Amino acid sequence: MQTLKIVITGPFSSGKTELIQSVSEIDVVSTDRKITRDAERIKSQTTVAMDFGRITIDEELILYLFGTPGQKRFDFMWEILSEGMLGFIVMVDSTRPETFREARRILDTFRSYSPVPYIVAANKQDLEDAWPPEDLRIVLRVEPEVKVVPCVATDKESVKQVLLELLYSILEVMDQEEEEE
Amino acid sequence: MALKGRLEDFGITQLLNLINLARKTGTLYLQGPEKNAYLCFHEGKLIYAVMDDAEDSFTAILQQSGVFTADQVRMIEANMPGKTDREIAQVLITSGRLQQQKVVKSMKEHILNLVYQVFSWNSGTFRFEPSKLPVQGKITVPIALENVIMEGSRRLKEWERLQDELPDLDVSLKFAERPTTPLRDINLSVEEWRVISFINPRNTIRQIAQNNNMDELQIRKIVYSLLQAGIVEIIKPPRPKAAPGVTRPTRAGAAAAKRAEMRRPAVKRGIVQKLIHRIREL
Repeated sequence: MQTLKIVITGPFSSGKTELIQSVSEIDVVSTDRKITRDAERIKSQTTVAMDFGRITIDEELILYLFGTPGQKRFDFMWEILSEGMLGFIVMVDSTRPETFREARRILDTFRSYSPVPYIVAANKQDLEDAWPPEDLRIVLRVEPEVKVVPCVATDKESVKQVLLELLYSILEVMDQEEEEE
Repeated sequence: MALKGRLEDFGITQLLNLINLARKTGTLYLQGPEKNAYLCFHEGKLIYAVMDDAEDSFTAILQQSGVFTADQVRMIEANMPGKTDREIAQVLITSGRLQQQKVVKSMKEHILNLVYQVFSWNSGTFRFEPSKLPVQGKITVPIALENVIMEGSRRLKEWERLQDELPDLDVSLKFAERPTTPLRDINLSVEEWRVISFINPRNTIRQIAQNNNMDELQIRKIVYSLLQAGIVEIIKPPRPKAAPGVTRPTRAGAAAAKRAEMRRPAVKRGIVQKLIHRIREL
């Protein structure tokens, strides 16, 4: 049995848990805790260790989706979760510019862990206040060759598209390598 | 779609940079700690600015800049009641009482003066309304944002933000491959030129500072303003080119590459295609 891993990362409350829940065939193994203090105004629970979802590909292949904890004090978990990942998705809440700087920091950190393909998912694009993906590209200083994909993490079709775009990016990298060889 | 947010989270420099790079047209409404203002942009260029307590009639602006006296302004206004700024300017220019260059210079100074005040607003809210331009009858002057950002950044005294924006001084800089404005068209200070002269992939920002006897704050300010104006770029570790499971040393350092190699699973193209097929079916 072979297992593969995609990591979903991003700032606190960017929609990582919802994204995994939308496509996982098992109930997401979540380690959410009730939030106290200031963060409570945004959502009632947050991920303190990781989220964990599964998609069975066939009898011999399973894809795991790991969501990183969003709060900064748990960032020691990030490197552990990134081990052996196939690629990663940086989730950004497009309606909360106060989190963009943090998203950029996370993106740079994950890039430094492992040179695997990644994409940015511009979440909450169904909301009126959402910043367009192309503006997020500029703000997050995402290179032109990296995809910034519109996303609604609670919508299964939208999440499927995000995962597919990451997989297409992996294929593109493979194609590029084959050309170089 | 309006872009909204708080200035504490997304500062003026970042907003202007976004408007410049995205070549946006519209109006940026700002609610500062004590005043309100709005800035108008056309295809990424600043064209007009208004602040709560600032006089924005054309004749008052000319009086402020010393082109006309108060008596002359009263006379002009009395002779041309109900006319727009643009109409007044046209009459004055065609009658030879005013030179077009003076109009442009005064308006530009007025707009920039307002914008530089806005740079100091560290709190408040913003809202960008695309395609909305409340400048009918007004005299607009297109001003490239690169220089505005440069000058505004010079005035920016937020040490913490600078540190946040440029946390690592041990990275190198390179000239932007596609600068939005040629270097010769940008007004640089002596210090900025000194930094520019050391830009080379082999020199870290820290080394450039040492060579120029600059402290961290000085070098951060200069590099930040050059970055925001799109003149230079930070040399990042090479972008991932390796597919999962494929060994690919990077220039970022053999150790980092080695670490990455060990961690990446061996995956064949067929497996990625299987994943794609399965996810499409979900």
